[in-house]
Amino acid sequence: MNAPLVGQPIERIEDLRLLRGAGCFTDDIAAPDALAAVILRSPLAHGLITRLDTEAAQKLPGVVSIITARTIGMPVPTIPLRLAPLAELVPYEQPVIAQDRVRYVGEPIAMVVATSAAIAEDALDLIELEIAPLPAIVTNDDAAAAAALLFPDSGSNLCITYTARLGDAAQEFPGAIIVEDDFSTQRHTAATMETRGLLARWDAARGHLTVHGAAKAPWAGRRMLARQLGLDEFSIDMIAVDVGGGFGMRGEFYPEDFLVPFAARHLDRPVKWIEDRREHLLSANHAREFDAHLQLILSPAGDILAVRGRARCNLGAYMRANASIAPRNVAQFFSGPYRIPNIAIDTDVFLTNKTPTGTYRGPGRFETDFFRERLLDLAAERLGMDRVVLRRRNLITSAQMPHPIATVSAPVKAEELDSGDYAETLDRCLGAIGWDRLQPLRGQRINGRHHGVAVGCFIEGGAAGPSEHARLELGADGMVDVFVGSSMVGQGLETVLLQISADALGLPMERLRIFHGSTTYLRIGFGSFHSRSTVMGGTAILNAATTLKEAIRAAAGRRLNCAPDEVLLGAGTATNPSGAIVNWAELAADVPAAPGQFDNHTHTYAYGAHAAHVGVDIATGHVEIFD
Amino acid sequence: MKLPDFTYAAPTDLRGAISLLAADPAARALAGGQSLIPVLAFRLGAPSMLVDLSNIADLDKIEVNNARLRIGAMARWAAVAESPLVHTHHPLLRAAISHVAHYQVRNRGTIGGSLAHADPAAELAAVALACDATIIAQGPQGQRRIAVADFFCGALTTALTPAELVIALELPCMPTDLRWGFAEFARRRGDFALAGAVVHFSLDAAGAIINPHIAGIGASDRPRRLTAPETVLAGQAPSLAILRAAADVATAETDAADDLHGSAAYRRSLAGTMVLRALADACAITLP
Repeated sequence: MNAPLVGQPIERIEDLRLLRGAGCFTDDIAAPDALAAVILRSPLAHGLITRLDTEAAQKLPGVVSIITARTIGMPVPTIPLRLAPLAELVPYEQPVIAQDRVRYVGEPIAMVVATSAAIAEDALDLIELEIAPLPAIVTNDDAAAAAALLFPDSGSNLCITYTARLGDAAQEFPGAIIVEDDFSTQRHTAATMETRGLLARWDAARGHLTVHGAAKAPWAGRRMLARQLGLDEFSIDMIAVDVGGGFGMRGEFYPEDFLVPFAARHLDRPVKWIEDRREHLLSANHAREFDAHLQLILSPAGDILAVRGRARCNLGAYMRANASIAPRNVAQFFSGPYRIPNIAIDTDVFLTNKTPTGTYRGPGRFETDFFRERLLDLAAERLGMDRVVLRRRNLITSAQMPHPIATVSAPVKAEELDSGDYAETLDRCLGAIGWDRLQPLRGQRINGRHHGVAVGCFIEGGAAGPSEHARLELGADGMVDVFVGSSMVGQGLETVLLQISADALGLPMERLRIFHGSTTYLRIGFGSFHSRSTVMGGTAILNAATTLKEAIRAAAGRRLNCAPDEVLLGAGTATNPSGAIVNWAELAADVPAAPGQFDNHTHTYAYGAHAAHVGVDIATGHVEIFD
Repeated sequence: MKLPDFTYAAPTDLRGAISLLAADPAARALAGGQSLIPVLAFRLGAPSMLVDLSNIADLDKIEVNNARLRIGAMARWAAVAESPLVHTHHPLLRAAISHVAHYQVRNRGTIGGSLAHADPAAELAAVALACDATIIAQGPQGQRRIAVADFFCGALTTALTPAELVIALELPCMPTDLRWGFAEFARRRGDFALAGAVVHFSLDAAGAIINPHIAGIGASDRPRRLTAPETVLAGQAPSLAILRAAADVATAETDAADDLHGSAAYRRSLAGTMVLRALADACAITLP
């Protein structure tokens, strides 16, 4: 057998298609019979809808329907939490369309369905909308001061407080050194090259809905949509096509994920909605807006004894499907790869009149990693210790694993760091950047730029459960079709999963075809989030490959008159001990589809270190990254 | 992001274009479309007709006559930047164009469209202002020459009358010994500059600065000639100290307002920094 493909720097097989413009994104799906949907969005951050008159807009030639909360029936469905749901968060779930109150600029108020997007946009101008403004709650301080409440029934703008606890951080630490400061991270958002988009078709005769444009977690989206529409899950197909960027933002369940399929069924016509860039910035998940006051408590020798403090999350207007993750992670992952025996961090999650937030590239960890690593630099300065020595002293060693990390309420689940050599990645990182060589540059002003050098260590969660699923099918042409629940969001999934499949079956990659991300391929699947698609989908494929090879051996044994375990498998061939050969293609009819599943009920953590050498132009504020 | 309904015309002669614009006050001229089309897509404007100027012959010519560089209104950024005439006679303009938006925009956007749009952060406007350019406009009443100092009236506002079109920009050719510099700062390359500066001057036989010209961009509602730093420089030999003094008065003279991208104080300070850097470049002085 040749060298394994996993680990080889091979060209991505999807690139030829994508780079030549031959990809198929949602808007590329030919649907000449489809109506176009556009959405009337709130121009105000906070207010009560006092008038919504669609009569004039409805009369515009080409307008087929204008859908409002009234069309859907009030109360309209809300979007449930996909991850870490809690009963106490249900009141803050986003309704699929505004009913009487708008809570952020961009919140859907009505959807116009017309024969073209241009006509639908013309109709937007004819909708008579009046909103009585309420004070806009913009910052966490505003939210706490509560000059207005986003949800008056709740009596507060505080949505929930997550607590992370380990040991006893409230105790006295005699003789210890306390380093503390205020930190903040500004709001970010993902701007994918392809904006969101959906095409929904309703087959009234079959009672069947097909939705193109699914991404990330299609099975979860189908479950939510089925419940909202009162349909059986298997009456809905979610079809994933090429996706022009995910970043955690794409593929979560948004209001449009209900509105477009609803319109298709309501009107019994295919309906297409393609998000424009402006509404993308207004309505797709934002992220990262946190502030914190934290205290790091150390012994004079530099051992971290405890951390305590409070972080605040500017959540935006609603608790969206994955919005609980970042505030939980800010509390739970402050300790990162370090040994911190006593932890008490609370994260207050505030509702504000901004676009709701969700997961975005290492949600919560980016924020808390910055808070921690900055505190460590401040502590090193205070202690007169080298920054690397302080970090190395406090990194958890392999011998200390498994090592517990703080437990977050709620939902409560004990977590631990199970394996790793954290100091090794720090050392390799420092070696790679030439840390010792860079030290003399620190604080120097060269060509108008002040040089800075820093290093930080982190852990990153991955391989989220509960499971992933795959199925392998041997065809009469000798090709093996790989079906997997992982979905592609531009991360090169097809290539890596085919590398894994090819190695597992001993076939060249050209003999494999991959099908991923659509609910039509598997009865159940989970998708791509939390750095899981390769580990979970790849392992499900490995398990399916074992089953497929057993089935091939069994079929070959019958054909070649030998026991299955006497069959020697080659690249698409099976040989018996006396040298008789049969090709896999000839066995296809006797080889059943091989399912594979991989379960993971524990969180696992990757780890690493980053170092950076930057130049700051203090006259402009520009930061240039040298290395 | 879909354009509102409008009628489209693509006349092949200038008079035809002007009559169409004169006949309908809600009609708008379409040059490269790099600002107008997004405005329409955002539904911030709804013209009844777009009069496309791209089929009008000779409106994109670049020529030199009597020591003046004349650039037709429909000349695209990319064509101007690549023109050997511009290379020889106006290296400052060429340098400024490299900061205009992105490659794709420079392939479509035009000199005339930029002038008529009058964005306060436009590089060209500052170059025109610093170089005593003349804008040639044509309307129903015929052709006229407008001194650039009289052309920009405020953000997105010019001295053009209804149905009047920019047809060319005229710049005095730069003497080969003219010292010049261009600097701008944007958070991301290609973005609108938060501040920028264009400078040029000559040195007399004794090595003193004569005839300094400085224009600032981005920091206020229109490109502005900054006369206070010019006064500081005039008659002085270039030195780091005199450049700093000029930059300081440029900061003081800049009239900036707070906005989403930065405070007025930051904008003013940035304007001074850009003047300093453009001057240092012009003087071949290395800043510490």
